[in-house]
Amino acid sequence: MRKARVLLSVYLAYMLEYRAELFLWALAGALPLILLGVWTEAARGGDFPLSPGEFARYFLMVFLVRQATVVWVVWEFERDVVEGRLSFRLLRPLDPFWEHLAAHVAERLARFPFVVLLVLLFFWIFPEARFVPEPLPLLLGLLFTFLAFLLRYLMQYTIAMLTFFSERAVSVEEVFFLLYLFLSGTIAPLEVFPEPLRTLALLTPFPYLVYLPAALLAGQEVDLLPGIWIMLFWGGALLLLWRLLWRLGLRHYSGQGA
Amino acid sequence: MVLAQDLTKHYRVALKEDSLLATWRHFLFRQYRTVQAVEGVSFRIERGEVVGFLGPNGAGKTTTLKMLTGLIHPTRGQAVVAGHVPWRREKAFLKKITLVMGNKQQLIWDLPAWDTFRLNAAIYEIPEEEFKKRVRELSDMLSLTEKLHQPVRKLSLGERMKAELLAALLHRPEVLFLDEPTLGLDINAQVAVREFIREYNRRYGATVLLTSHYMADIAALAERVLVIHQGKLLYDGALEGLLERFAPYREVGLVLAQPLPKEALLPFGEVRVLEGLKARLLVPRERLTERVAEILKRLPVEDLEVREPPLEEVIARVYKIAPLAHTLEEV
Repeated sequence: MRKARVLLSVYLAYMLEYRAELFLWALAGALPLILLGVWTEAARGGDFPLSPGEFARYFLMVFLVRQATVVWVVWEFERDVVEGRLSFRLLRPLDPFWEHLAAHVAERLARFPFVVLLVLLFFWIFPEARFVPEPLPLLLGLLFTFLAFLLRYLMQYTIAMLTFFSERAVSVEEVFFLLYLFLSGTIAPLEVFPEPLRTLALLTPFPYLVYLPAALLAGQEVDLLPGIWIMLFWGGALLLLWRLLWRLGLRHYSGQGA
Repeated sequence: MVLAQDLTKHYRVALKEDSLLATWRHFLFRQYRTVQAVEGVSFRIERGEVVGFLGPNGAGKTTTLKMLTGLIHPTRGQAVVAGHVPWRREKAFLKKITLVMGNKQQLIWDLPAWDTFRLNAAIYEIPEEEFKKRVRELSDMLSLTEKLHQPVRKLSLGERMKAELLAALLHRPEVLFLDEPTLGLDINAQVAVREFIREYNRRYGATVLLTSHYMADIAALAERVLVIHQGKLLYDGALEGLLERFAPYREVGLVLAQPLPKEALLPFGEVRVLEGLKARLLVPRERLTERVAEILKRLPVEDLEVREPPLEEVIARVYKIAPLAHTLEEV
């Protein structure tokens, strides 16, 4: 417990050193707010499963979910390996997984005020997005946002393990990011996907990273049950893959530059 | 405390020639060669010993340290450090050792060193009160107390290395692997770091394996040295023994009354330096008395001093001889 507390407080202090950057990082995640404008405008003139107001709420929640689940561990890990800094982490009796996780959680806390500021700004620009959420979907939405963060972190950390073998795991992450962008519901809610593609997408881990928590938070009707199992399946699979790649990777690690 | 038996590490590196065609060939059909970084190295270090680890760049020092700290697996051989096999990376093992690298840092750059210490204390499960006590004690020994709350980026190189040492020793490790801990430091900082290592060893009975390019570090701290060259261990023994074996000569320093040509000095020994009135000659040890007597008799000498040759020269001589013969007996 003390370990977690100190890790969080030190990394929070570290993140707060980058005040201006935090604002810019939050702003850099504003793609859903741009798409909000595009889709609400399209919904006004066409036949879509969501109304302009629902589109606005959905994309606002996508913005919030993405702010809460943004992960960059693959870049950090790759830099650690290439520059030899991983050696210091390996010498400590704590798996680097936890240290990076603490840094991510601390960054979330430091970013929070800027996110609130941006949301207020967009409520002012898009009044149709304003709504009062129901308590149960809100709580479920928050829970699934947290789970989405853990799943996204685990997914990227597993990809980061490839650094042991190729030293450029970031390129693998970039391919995954394309799939993530398309299948997670960041560009369009799954309701507008053609049925076969939607069914296929729901079998992948991506919709549970953005669509599911955002739809819950926006008060949309969502079928939860298969989603939970699919999330659990991917979580378990990634966990096993992470541990396997970690073990194999450590054997392979030659410590260049360390 | 540290046991290495037939420790060997080979790894593959990609080959690439310097042309556009070679670049494409490298992209399509990569070729590798095997580097024999460490080859059958064996030694034993007892508890509380301070051992110097010498070798030119690329000799295999750092690779050996990486194997002994569990960072890399050996291709062959065994090692036991503080009762553990290093590459199993058990928590109990990691709590007993530390590795300090002069060219790398673990301190968080934008925060005061205190924050890294706090982080390490939590990770190594050092109780709060004990943590503060240890920081006080170590920062006193390092004369660093005033600097603990300044951001690391604002510290001088010497202060940063002291803070690195503090961070690395906070969990009070039994075995210290120090890889060039005085690299780039000025003379004062070198002396301070050296004194600290000596005091830490004395106070806590820690075992130290130290690499350094500054022979003063080795001479001040280590009674025993390991010499490694091209991955093979060339010498394991007392520092004096190294001088006797590889430098069977003494250095004679002269201050002349009048300038002399080099030829005038040649009959007395190998002329290493002749600058104005100052000269340095290398004289075989067994003929020292006879040669000194002749110098005093035949040359206009104002001052004469006999000393051990500089350790740097001895080591350079070892490395020069080494490629011709790889075992100590052959050398």
